[in-house]
Amino acid sequence: MMQPSIISLLIAALFTENFVMVKFLGCCPFLGVSKKLDTAMGMGMAVTFVMAIASAMTWCINAFVLAPFNMEYLQTIVFILVIAGLVQFVEMFVKKSMPSLYNALGIYLPLITTNCAVLGVTLLNVGNNYDFIHSVLYGTFAALGFTLAIVLFAGIRENIREKEVPKCFNGFPIALITAGLMAIAFMGFSGFSI
Amino acid sequence: MSKKNSIFLNGLVFENPTFVQLLGMCPTLAVTTTLKNGLGMGLSATAVLIMSNILISLLRKIIPDKVRIAAYIVIIAAFVTILQMLLQSYADSLYASLGLFIPLIVVNCIILARAEAFASKNTVGKSAMDGLGMGLGFTAALCIISAVRELLGQGTIWGIAVYGNVIKPAAIIGMPPGGFIVLGIIIAAINFITSKKKEGGNE
Repeated sequence: MMQPSIISLLIAALFTENFVMVKFLGCCPFLGVSKKLDTAMGMGMAVTFVMAIASAMTWCINAFVLAPFNMEYLQTIVFILVIAGLVQFVEMFVKKSMPSLYNALGIYLPLITTNCAVLGVTLLNVGNNYDFIHSVLYGTFAALGFTLAIVLFAGIRENIREKEVPKCFNGFPIALITAGLMAIAFMGFSGFSI
Repeated sequence: MSKKNSIFLNGLVFENPTFVQLLGMCPTLAVTTTLKNGLGMGLSATAVLIMSNILISLLRKIIPDKVRIAAYIVIIAAFVTILQMLLQSYADSLYASLGLFIPLIVVNCIILARAEAFASKNTVGKSAMDGLGMGLGFTAALCIISAVRELLGQGTIWGIAVYGNVIKPAAIIGMPPGGFIVLGIIIAAINFITSKKKEGGNE
């Protein structure tokens, strides 16, 4: 199996196949935690950390435990358990070392478990037959793509809050329309292929 | 109205998971390109939701409080794996077109939210009813969104051409940006209607 070059992996994960804007993975935190710029940034960092480590751990588990025993059908269950454990660990770490970020992220920190970008990237890694290095890099790059999208989106939303929008569009609908316009901008990248 | 009926309607209409609670956005946006996909996704999630609600409700007194979320996730993941195998062998084309989003039903927030908020506190019968109502509410929402997107984006409904070559369909509605925009407009329309109703009630 040919592995893609690192540059093409980076460009794909950040722009042409951005997890949020093109693949629709991780929409819940994208729409839920994007009201303020700094919480969006914190969320992006936490997700990046979890996705990089989750990619590494699930690759090892799949290659050394599941594949030798022909138990690939258990992937979904095993991967989600690994992610849940990892998120618990990150939560304890953030609570101890960065209490202000912990308070800002609030309920959304444990919810990283149910961020479909995390489970999605681990399943994509296995599905694409990436080796260990590529799995970890793809996990990291995809998470950076998520961070890019959520930070840009939070920046726009902070500005929208002070503007007057039609009453029925207030709040969530206008955020969705904004996301749609952002997705159009990301479609502009789709011509790139390296 | 009997209690069970009200639980059912609550999920289907008043607390619709997609349009009112705004949960489960990823599948809502990703698979609603055609009505077939939307319905398939909705029914798959409904099946998992009913089964997981029943089992979690049965086990609600056994599962220790501290590890309950992990336990819920394992139960949900087990049902999703079963569903994945069933779809693979009996509905291969649907399995292929939904792709990654079948295993990702595990992390659909609606299912975990109902387990935590309802099934862990209520009897088996009520939980099953809640699963059915919420699941069908989700299915109905997906069907509405996907019907709009298929009609505008491809000019078809359920694969049948509607307006032939008279108007060129707007392909962008079927692409990612269209998903965000259509959902935004539908929710805005619902807000508009409910606010009109409230005003009418005050007069």
